[in-house]
Amino acid sequence: MKRFAALFTQLDQTTKTLRKTKILRAYFESAPDSDKLWAAALFSGRRPKRAVNTTRLREWAAEQADIPLWLFEDTYAIVGDLAETIALVLPPPNRADDHSLTDMIARLRSLSALDESERKPVILDLWDGLDQTERMVFNKLLTGGFRIGVSQKLMTRALAQAVGRDEAEIAHRLMGDWTPDSTTWHALIEAEDASADLSRPYPFALAYQLDDPPDSLGSLDDWQAEWKWDGIRGQLILREGQHFTWSRGEELMTDRFPELARATDFLPPGTVLDGEIVAWDGTAPLPFNDLQKRIGRKTVPKKLLKEAPVILLAYDLLEHQGQDMRDQPLAQRRATLDALLAALPEDAPVRASPLIHANSWDDLAAIRAKARDHRSEGLMLKHRESPYFVGRKKGDWWKWKLDPLTIDAVMIYAQAGHGRRANLFTDFTFAVRDGNALVPFTKAYSGLTDAEFRQITQWVRKNTTERFGPVRQVTPHHVFEIAFEGIQRSPRHKSGVALRFPRMARWRQDLSISDADTLDHLHDLLDRYG
Amino acid sequence: MTCASVLHFTERGIFCPAGEFYIDPWRPVDRALITHAHADHARWGHRHYLATHGTVPVMRHRLGDITAEAISYGEKRKIGDATVSFHPAGHVPGSAQIRVEVGGEVWVVSGDYKLGPDGLCEEFAPVRCHSFISECTFGLPVFRWQPQPLVAQQILDWWQANADEGRFSLLGAYSLGKAQRLLHMLRDGPGPILTHGAVENVNEVLRAQGLPLPDTIRVTPDLDVKGHKGALVIAPPSAFGSSWARRFGQASTGFASGWMQLRGVRRRRAMDRGFVVSDHADWPELHRAITETGAENIYVTHGYTDIFARHLNEAGFNAQVVPTEFGTDEDEAEDAA
Ligand SMILES: [Zn+2]
Ligand SMILES: [Zn+2]
Repeated sequence: MKRFAALFTQLDQTTKTLRKTKILRAYFESAPDSDKLWAAALFSGRRPKRAVNTTRLREWAAEQADIPLWLFEDTYAIVGDLAETIALVLPPPNRADDHSLTDMIARLRSLSALDESERKPVILDLWDGLDQTERMVFNKLLTGGFRIGVSQKLMTRALAQAVGRDEAEIAHRLMGDWTPDSTTWHALIEAEDASADLSRPYPFALAYQLDDPPDSLGSLDDWQAEWKWDGIRGQLILREGQHFTWSRGEELMTDRFPELARATDFLPPGTVLDGEIVAWDGTAPLPFNDLQKRIGRKTVPKKLLKEAPVILLAYDLLEHQGQDMRDQPLAQRRATLDALLAALPEDAPVRASPLIHANSWDDLAAIRAKARDHRSEGLMLKHRESPYFVGRKKGDWWKWKLDPLTIDAVMIYAQAGHGRRANLFTDFTFAVRDGNALVPFTKAYSGLTDAEFRQITQWVRKNTTERFGPVRQVTPHHVFEIAFEGIQRSPRHKSGVALRFPRMARWRQDLSISDADTLDHLHDLLDRYG
Repeated sequence: MTCASVLHFTERGIFCPAGEFYIDPWRPVDRALITHAHADHARWGHRHYLATHGTVPVMRHRLGDITAEAISYGEKRKIGDATVSFHPAGHVPGSAQIRVEVGGEVWVVSGDYKLGPDGLCEEFAPVRCHSFISECTFGLPVFRWQPQPLVAQQILDWWQANADEGRFSLLGAYSLGKAQRLLHMLRDGPGPILTHGAVENVNEVLRAQGLPLPDTIRVTPDLDVKGHKGALVIAPPSAFGSSWARRFGQASTGFASGWMQLRGVRRRRAMDRGFVVSDHADWPELHRAITETGAENIYVTHGYTDIFARHLNEAGFNAQVVPTEFGTDEDEAEDAA
């Protein structure tokens, strides 16, 4: 555990990617194979199952720290991280144990075979042999919340350097539904037939946001335009008569979207498609809300299958007749894709996401302005010559999204943030005017700079009118421009609406509350865009 | 005699009717007793200031032409019907707790404080009283400081590693108190120590009073920085990311504050290293200090006051939160102390 905790500390102590890569590489060059395998698993989101109920952990930690439970809870609310809070309140250890990462994980997994009452002495004993950082890392493993400031891409690069292999190859090997139980370091990283795994997806290519005017991209002839859909990015794999559906988050979602099984009826094995999973009304996508109902469910009731059936709007072809297509130019991949999908019947669960043709950037901009009518968020621009690259590559693929909707609203409640922002007020509730009343309609957490958060925090301290636990009611005074991506009817909210991705776009110090928008205006937006 | 008769909490600050003076007031008053020279306690615009010999020169340096009188620790002074005296608070050089006695009833205002010696400022001395007005900037059980030599070693190791790579170590610290404490902690480091003008100005004031600070080199526009590769540079955090800091090239950056105990705050600072060095009492120290006063009534200011007061009440004290305008500047500012 000391080696892994040291890795955690070193990674935490630098903000520079180059240094982080170096540190991780050194770990992958020196740790035992089983620890390396676990590290690769943890850094790619393959966490061991939560072994202990966190309520018990809080009770035990408060008891060890000799503080009442409410104080532990209040402290946790401020620190924002349970593993860290526990590590910081526990009394100093009496021993200095050093088990390997693999051994430590084996111990915590063996807990699930014990009764709850038997778990407590085991955990207290383990805590007593770990220092503060080791405890935090251990607690993170224990609570199943292991997350650290290392992207999978960075880990992949460090691992590739350590074993002297190509980064793209390692990225591919790390995809799929392996766990440290189902494989070994050798089989996963080193063995030559590792890519034989049927279900293994390709790493997704990602796009950057386009901030410059589109004509900065040069001639429109070099670019392919598509709608940017508001669904779930997915990869559909058809191999040897089976099908697998992967989300961008590398989650296997095959069972959640049973409709896609029929793709095997229409498409040959050895086909891998990249596209957007959307709920479909027969001619156009349904609002994201409908798709959302499907996401949370591992099995889908019949009613929902009828109400919100999904299809894949395919926009790229990664594998064709068993061959990896990713090095071919986009234009060629797309032509093959179109040929493949052209013969599919209307009711097939896969359709080509249409290409958008325009004569000039201005024409294209006019089409983009109507994106919401197509239930789209804007356009994707992809270079016709681009290969299907791993991760993000500047200059090849761009998201050209619509400007967000905005509304000017009054801040009425404030709540302290947690974690990074534990000592600042960062969570606010906003209201619109309705006659003389203020009607709350959304919360927002992000969008301001740290300096602005500090400034508003000072103001909140001096202008609190009432406290409800951690929430402070403040004098209605400040107006913020709230930006959001969508608006929907919601009977659960007092205002009758729910916003999608609300955030503070600007602090309108130039406006007073009589300038804020009204409830009527909010309902207008709902009628137009809901 | 009611408890509130010695000190009142008013809009201008903590007021003593018997002596007609204020302690650390935040609006201009005739007569102000000042615990220490940090900006949220020693404000501009009072007609008359009273503070310790250690505090007055720093106050003059920061506030300019003020009418100020200096007093020694432990010296008793009669003001109206009140008797006042100043006692070491261990926060920064010259910092004091202020004891106020009226008709046998004793109140103590802690100002900011920490326990234990830091090798530089006068060590905190507990003062018995009936009512204690205590800061609680770090009044949560996650705040427990390590012994100073251990933290000093962490900083020295970091400095050494940077020096080995020929890099500067840029350490952020507030210019009054924290900066001098670090100078003292790191006096035997692996190279010279450079200081930002804001830090060096305070150093000069304190050196003039005989405070034993190690030698430092002031960073001026014409200083040949390259001749000091591998040096430690102490600067207020506001200087980071400015053109001032650019002269040090690919320096490693660190920040010394009690808030660095929290990983989230450490990461928000986006510095390479966060060192947990605080001039405020940690959780065990707050409890020890409060118990040692023997006070029954505790008024808490700064920080997580609601939580801390509730905890004290459960522990059998009569604790209340007092609204103040402290903690809005410098050492306790949000993410600074
Ligand atoms: Zn202070
Ligand atoms: Zn203070």
